[in-house]
Amino acid sequence: MIKFDAVNKRFPNGTTAVHDLTLEMPEGGITVLVGSSGCGKTTTLRMINRMVDPTSGTIRLGGKDVLEQDAAELRRGIGYVIQQSGLFPHRTVLDNIATVPLLLGWGRKKARARAAELLETVGLTAEAGKRYPHQLSGGQQQRVGVARALAADPPVLLMDEPFGAVDPVVRTQLQDELIRLQRELNKTIAFVTHDIDEAVRLGDRIAVFRTGGHLVQCAAPAELLARPADDFVADFLGAERELKLLSLTTLAEVPLQRATTVREDAPAPPAGSGPLLVVSARNEPLGWLDPSGTDAAPLTPVRPLRDTDTLLAALNESIASPAGLIARVDADGVLTGVTSREAIHEHAGRRHQEAARAAVSLTEATALSKTPGGTV
Amino acid sequence: MYELFKDLGSWLVSSEQWTGPDGIGHRLAEHLQYSLIATVIAAVIALPLGLLIGHTGRGAFLAINLASFGRALPTVGLVVLVFLASGLSMTPVYVALVALAIPSIVTNTYAGMTAVDPEVKDAARGQGMRGRQVLLQVEIPLALPLIMTGLRLALIQVVATATIAAYVSFGGLGRYVFDGLAQRDLVQVLGGAVLVAVVAVVLDLALSGLQRVLFRHRTAA
Repeated sequence: MIKFDAVNKRFPNGTTAVHDLTLEMPEGGITVLVGSSGCGKTTTLRMINRMVDPTSGTIRLGGKDVLEQDAAELRRGIGYVIQQSGLFPHRTVLDNIATVPLLLGWGRKKARARAAELLETVGLTAEAGKRYPHQLSGGQQQRVGVARALAADPPVLLMDEPFGAVDPVVRTQLQDELIRLQRELNKTIAFVTHDIDEAVRLGDRIAVFRTGGHLVQCAAPAELLARPADDFVADFLGAERELKLLSLTTLAEVPLQRATTVREDAPAPPAGSGPLLVVSARNEPLGWLDPSGTDAAPLTPVRPLRDTDTLLAALNESIASPAGLIARVDADGVLTGVTSREAIHEHAGRRHQEAARAAVSLTEATALSKTPGGTV
Repeated sequence: MYELFKDLGSWLVSSEQWTGPDGIGHRLAEHLQYSLIATVIAAVIALPLGLLIGHTGRGAFLAINLASFGRALPTVGLVVLVFLASGLSMTPVYVALVALAIPSIVTNTYAGMTAVDPEVKDAARGQGMRGRQVLLQVEIPLALPLIMTGLRLALIQVVATATIAAYVSFGGLGRYVFDGLAQRDLVQVLGGAVLVAVVAVVLDLALSGLQRVLFRHRTAA
């Protein structure tokens, strides 16, 4: 666990980068630090591995004060990924990844073997290991950056806008990979970004910073979206924050209805019976049939959703579907039923209220704990 | 004019010109020996200085001003000055050549060090390298192309200027120039000058070729 206690950082030129910060980053979770530029989020991150030392206050990593440790040794025990990857241009990809193991004195052979293993972990080919960083794409370089940070298997990873310099498609891929990796590795990750969508996607907790190094709110994404602490946070989350909340909830709990289906090889049904879902012999949804149209009318395409898909995806699909119905399937793609737009809406509204209520009770609990002797 | 070049041609190819203690072979060896010794001494002084200034960022004004100082340095004047102070030996020659070579090496080394991407240095520290490891494993390897350029320029300058050894009665290709001037033998003067120029150009081409081979993996940074 990473714990900030009344940490301040003032630079010699008089600017305050971080102001009276008290914050806990739970073990095995991703804590995202967000805020506009100059809000102290990067400085906060860099104080964890002593790239910057605080002016006052203490930072504990696994219970130990970081200032009492040798800076270089501390850093070898913490993975560090930066924007533009910061790879060594004169070393091959494999040797870049082997940096920390070599610094720890593993010996060249063992360090290279570990590096080769990590190439695969981050989704690169063994052949890429022999290349130089400038021969890779931006996304690949970022993967190498992550592999380098993971090389000595540190319990903590610091990521400073690691996906800031790649295009949106690659960024989404890298985010997915990070989520996948994190499921396997369970690292304690501190992640800096200015992209609120990235924060919502990746964060177990999100800490929102305001200019001048003030922490405004630190909460789980759902709580943050449902109950922003003030107008600043609300503005930062943007006008679509309720929709972002939908992206955090899956379809699993939304009730299923029986679907009216017709087999693709069956004769056309009589007109006027409403939209029908055409399914294959294996009961896989193929498309919507509107019987009011002519025989030759093409099927309206269907994008079947699983229980693991988000409410946002469901809402999106229901808008496109002719009767406002979404087709739902199991892991094998076999139809399990349909859900109406109304049911999705209702569930979304309920989820929002729940998240808001949870946030309120949590705030009250903290308020009570801070005023001893307070009455309810 | 044509006669002069014809005489120069026969001077350069005649076999007695290439052998013996006054032959081109021997003079060339002397010339290269002076040049190498002077450049090595200059490197021993200038490399650590350039690296130190580049690594710490302190004393940058020195590195920058040395360049203009080097350009303004009156080499022959320096030889005479040290000659008057220390008497007849190779010392004045080496002092002058070393002083000539130092600025190129310091400024290029410094330039190479400051050209290293600060993000890369930051990443090196962030992975847990200590100051000395950053210097040896990241900064020097990345600055190496420019450091080598500095050494090459210094060597070429020294080769072109090492003729002054003959001015204070020592050997080298300068012998032909100064003897030729004394004997009013224009062919010999020209022969010496051409040889010095050819040696300088050949060394320059060979060393830049070597640099290209060594750093072929680098981006055009």
